[in-house]
Amino acid sequence: MKGNEAIGEAAIRAGAKNFFAYPITPQTEVSEYLVRRMPDVGGVFLQMESEIAAANALFGAASTGERVFTTSSSPGISLMSEAISYITAANLPVVIVNVCRAGPGLGGILPGQADYNLMTRGLGHGDFKVVVFAPSSVQESVELMMLAFELADKYRNPVTLLSDGMIGQMMEPVDFDNVKQPNPPDKSSWSTTGAKGRKPHLIRTLFLDPVDGERANRERAAKYAVIEANERRWETFNLDKPRKVALCAFGSIARVCNTAIDLLQKEGIEVGLFRPITLWPFPYPEMKKLAETTDMFLAVEMSNGQMVDDIRFAVEGKKPVHFYGRQGGQVPAPEEVVAEVKKLLGK
Amino acid sequence: MADLIFQRTPAMTDKITHYCPGCTHGVIHRLVGEVLDELGLRERTVGVAPVGCSVLSYNYFNVDFLEAAHGRAPAFATGLKRVRPDLIVFTYQGDGDLASIGGNEILHAANRGEKFTTIFVNNAIYGMTGGQMAPTTLPGQVTTTSPFGRKVEDVGWPIRESELLSTLRTPAYIARTTVHDSQGIIETKKAIKQAFEYQRDNICFSLVEVLSTCPTNWGMSPRASCEWVASDMVPYYKPGTYKTPETTK
Repeated sequence: MKGNEAIGEAAIRAGAKNFFAYPITPQTEVSEYLVRRMPDVGGVFLQMESEIAAANALFGAASTGERVFTTSSSPGISLMSEAISYITAANLPVVIVNVCRAGPGLGGILPGQADYNLMTRGLGHGDFKVVVFAPSSVQESVELMMLAFELADKYRNPVTLLSDGMIGQMMEPVDFDNVKQPNPPDKSSWSTTGAKGRKPHLIRTLFLDPVDGERANRERAAKYAVIEANERRWETFNLDKPRKVALCAFGSIARVCNTAIDLLQKEGIEVGLFRPITLWPFPYPEMKKLAETTDMFLAVEMSNGQMVDDIRFAVEGKKPVHFYGRQGGQVPAPEEVVAEVKKLLGK
Repeated sequence: MADLIFQRTPAMTDKITHYCPGCTHGVIHRLVGEVLDELGLRERTVGVAPVGCSVLSYNYFNVDFLEAAHGRAPAFATGLKRVRPDLIVFTYQGDGDLASIGGNEILHAANRGEKFTTIFVNNAIYGMTGGQMAPTTLPGQVTTTSPFGRKVEDVGWPIRESELLSTLRTPAYIARTTVHDSQGIIETKKAIKQAFEYQRDNICFSLVEVLSTCPTNWGMSPRASCEWVASDMVPYYKPGTYKTPETTK
């Protein structure tokens, strides 16, 4: 199944039957899949007039307590950032997928990872965080998509997937049946569905009284601390023993790094890989621990170097952190990573 | 024993509004509340508040409410109503919110025929930010960002939203009324009721544009403000029913 279509199907199987979006390459297949699939499940598919409207419709839809989601790509996510700030301030659960392309500006429609900072730091005005999952395969996209709805409901906060044009466009076998999905929680204590037999519910983001405004922000900060403690996800490869070099990569580039590790093994060079699955919360403690047994790190990204800052932050200057990146839609080949590792090892 | 002849309608809360003396937002709120009660819709209604003076309107309605981003209330309402078509959904928006920053959202919601109701309060100025020029500010009208009067050669003519939206082929109910005098208030209530009836019966998108006052930012007394609506606004923004689903060709 194609990555983008699998994302749409995963959402439906997670009970999310309300989709508002705007066409943008390289993720339009999600809409094209869902417009045919939603009628089967009695769901809502609506193509809005812009990403601005799609994300704002998501706010209205999420306020009913139903599971809702949208998908877009980098320039569209910029437009959605207004609504995402409001959605987060209103503590609404939504799921948003960014099938990242190369930027800035229109950039290009080929794969990119340069929205790392946008997703983990700057997804809108104000003090807030969204969970960011970085799948590296179509199967993992499905699993994380379904988990995304569960965590969005659990924390009443947006959960996002940072995919890219490669994972979105590639076809791989998918198993939906072994992905568990708990029932959504009861949302009737806050959802706006008509004030029958109860006091009105109000979903707002304006706090003119600074005491109220600070309280709302501190409640969110406490929620983020819980997420940071409980929701870090990562994977390691060939790091069971101390290594001279640990590669660090997320999403599709982690797979390039896996191939590079195989190539290096054939030359008798053992290198490991640390792959964050959650970009926020970033697995800082795990990476910090890894620094005790690793001589140096090499971050490989399709950007000018964004995740590399988080690695430096985690390692706290104790070990050198190097960077290799390609931009503009250029995907690094395994041989390039091999050459970079050899250069660092003086070979 | 005295007979009870007038009381707060249940769709309104028992709160004093924050609106300036002579502002007609309160009158329009009251008309919406009365209509919701007369039609028995209160318990399944969700309102969407704008950004502007009426951002706090949820304090005065005894119904569920969302507070939208500036201009995006029609997108919020679209999401709500599409997911829960059984609810009665209305947006309450000013002219800066609807005609400027939210111009695209209202245009496309109307064009899709979203089955919610929009109460569009046009007072020809940005109120909450302190009296700046709006897309609806009249030619020559002085505001803080048109201190020498609106020059149409420079910034264009005021947008007539009711006329503009009525050009869409999609069936809708679109009317313009005024609340500067008692006759206008009666007509406004009729139009608001008609708008909610079209929504209740799942027929079409409905919008009532209400000409309203802003004594504070116009720099006029409440009485002079009402007179200015009659003398200056009504000739440019002609009240009337601009479109009904029955008359859509």
